[in-house]
Amino acid sequence: MNVMVFAKTALKNLFSTPATKMYPQVPAQYPERTRGHVTIDIDTCIFCGICQRKCPTGAIKVDRPSKSWSIEPYGCVQCANCVECCPKKCLGMGTAYTTPGGEKKVETHVQPPKPEQPAAPASAASAPSQAASSAAAPAAESTEYTMVEVDMAQCILCGLCGKKCPVDVITVDRTAKTWSINRDECILCENCISACPKKCMTMQKSAAQPAGTDTRTKAVPEAAPKASAAPAPAAAPADEAKGDSKPDAETP
Amino acid sequence: MSTRSVVPFGPQHPVLPEPIHLDLVLEDETVVEAIPSIGFIHRGLEKLVEQRDFQDYVYVAERICGICSFMHGMGYCESVEHIMDIEVPDRAKYLRTIWCEFSRLHSHLLWLGLLADAFGFESLFMHSWRLREKILDMFEISTGGRLIFSVNKVGGVRKDMDSDMLHQFETTLVDMEKDMRELTKTFLNDYSVKTRLKGIGILSKQEAFDLGAAGPFMRASGIALDNRKLGYAAYGNLDFEPIISNECDCYARCYVRTQELFQSVDLIRQAIAKIPAGEISAPVKGFPKGEYFMRVEQPRGEGLYYVKGNGTKFLDRVRVRTPTFANLPAMLKTLKGAQLADVPILILTIDPCISCTER
Repeated sequence: MNVMVFAKTALKNLFSTPATKMYPQVPAQYPERTRGHVTIDIDTCIFCGICQRKCPTGAIKVDRPSKSWSIEPYGCVQCANCVECCPKKCLGMGTAYTTPGGEKKVETHVQPPKPEQPAAPASAASAPSQAASSAAAPAAESTEYTMVEVDMAQCILCGLCGKKCPVDVITVDRTAKTWSINRDECILCENCISACPKKCMTMQKSAAQPAGTDTRTKAVPEAAPKASAAPAPAAAPADEAKGDSKPDAETP
Repeated sequence: MSTRSVVPFGPQHPVLPEPIHLDLVLEDETVVEAIPSIGFIHRGLEKLVEQRDFQDYVYVAERICGICSFMHGMGYCESVEHIMDIEVPDRAKYLRTIWCEFSRLHSHLLWLGLLADAFGFESLFMHSWRLREKILDMFEISTGGRLIFSVNKVGGVRKDMDSDMLHQFETTLVDMEKDMRELTKTFLNDYSVKTRLKGIGILSKQEAFDLGAAGPFMRASGIALDNRKLGYAAYGNLDFEPIISNECDCYARCYVRTQELFQSVDLIRQAIAKIPAGEISAPVKGFPKGEYFMRVEQPRGEGLYYVKGNGTKFLDRVRVRTPTFANLPAMLKTLKGAQLADVPILILTIDPCISCTER
C-alpha cells in the first residue's frame, strides 16, 4: 500500500520557506523582455499614425492636428506591435504591469509646441528642387501642410525610400529616371527621409493640401566632359571602331 | 426502473478551468447520459479575421486560448507561410519547436495539477503548479510574456534565444526533471491516487478510433498517432516515438501525459543541441492568395488549421478545429455508466480547453 509516497515531500515542505515571493513586501522583479506597458517619448513622435494602424485591438489613437497620442491601457494587449513598427522608435515597452485601478482610464500624451526653426525657410529657398508649390511664406499654423520633396539633382534613384515606405506610396523607376509619390496616401512618417543615403529628401511646407500623385524626373546630365554635342550616330561608329580595335590590339 | 434526475454540471464548477455545461441524467448515483451545451466563451474570433490584417491576426490567433496559445499562433503562421511560399529560416523553426515543447510541458503540468485538485489532493496540485512556474519564468525571460508570448509572426519569430539563454534553460530543465520525477512518482504510485484513477472511464481502442478522439486521450487507448511525426517546424529532425498505453482508463491517460513530460524535456535538449545559427525571420511581401490545411500536435491532441486567402490583406476564412472539440463525443461516451463522483475526473481526463473549442 503506497500511501507514504508523498510523505517525504510533505515533510520537506513543512520545514522549508514558501515557494511564492512575498509580494508586495518584496518588490516584483521582471526580466528584461517582459511586456508590461507601452511607453512613449512624446517629443520624438511625429504622429504618423502607423501605431494606430498596427494595433490589433485599436487601443491607440493618434490625432495629428492636436498632436496628441493616447492609449487605453485596458484595451492594450501588450503585443509590442506598435513598438516594432514605430519609424521614430519613440514607443517602448516598460516591464512593470499597469497597477490595478477602479476605472478604465485613457492615457493621453500631448506634444508641447516646438520652438520655431528659422533655418527651415532658408534651406527651402536654396534647395534647387523642382517643387511647383514650395512655400515662399509660411502659411497660418493650423492650415500649414507639409509634404515630402526630393532634390532630383542629388537623387541617385536607388529606391531605398520606396523600400522603407511603410505604406508603399513612393515608386522609383530607374529606367525612366522618375521618382513619384502618392500624396493622398502619404502619412508623413519621414521614414523615406531618414532612409535616403544621399540625404536629398526633405519635408517642405505647402500652403495647399498635398493631393494626387507627383512625379519628378531626373534630368539626364550632359554627356562626358570631352564629348561635344556630337550626335549619337557619329559616336556609334567610333564606339564600334573602338570595340573592333580592342580584339585586334590583343591579338599578337 | 429507478427515477431519473437531471443534475446540471457547470459552467461554473471548481474543477473546470473553463466553462462548459453538462446536463447529467442520473439514476441514483450513476450517470446514464450526459448532454453537453457549449458556447459560454464563444468570442467570434474566426469572424474577426475578416477585419484584421493577416499579419496582425497572429495576436488574435494566439489569444484563442491561454494554455495552447503558442501553437495556435504557430499553426496560423505556418498555414499563411505555406500559402505565400515563404521559406522560414531553420533557426526560427527550431526556436518554434523549443517553445512548442515548453508549451507542452507547462500545459501537462497544469493538467496534472488540475487532476490532483479534482480528486482533492491539493498539495500535489500546488507542487505541480510550483514546477510550472519555473517554465513560466523561462517563458517570461525569453518572450516577455508568461502565457501569451507574441513571438510568432508570419515569416518566423520576433525574438531570439541566444546560446547563453538556451544553456541557462537547459540547466533549469535538469533540476526540473528531478522534481518532475518526484512528482510523477506520486501520481503513478500513490494508493489513493490509483483508487481514483484506475479502472475509471474505460474507452476501448475501437471506440476511441470510431469517436475521433485525439491526443493523449487517444494514445492512452492504444492508438499510436502523434502529429509531430508529420514533421512541421523542426520536428522532422528530432527523434521521438508516440507514447501509448494499452490500459484505456484514466490512469493510462495520466501515465501518457507524465511520460510526455519527459519526452518534451528530451526533445528540448535535442533541439537545443541541433539549433543552427542564422536569421530568425523571412521578409513577407504581398498578400496571401490560396488555401492551406495543416495539422499541429497541441498538448491536447490534433489541432487543424485551415486558412484561405483571397489576395487582399484580410483573409477569407480561418478555421481552427481544436482537439477538445474532437474529444467531446468520446468523453460523453466515457461518462455513460460512470459514478457522479467520477464525473469531474472524467471531464478532466480529456484536458478540456473550452476556450479553444469555442473560440
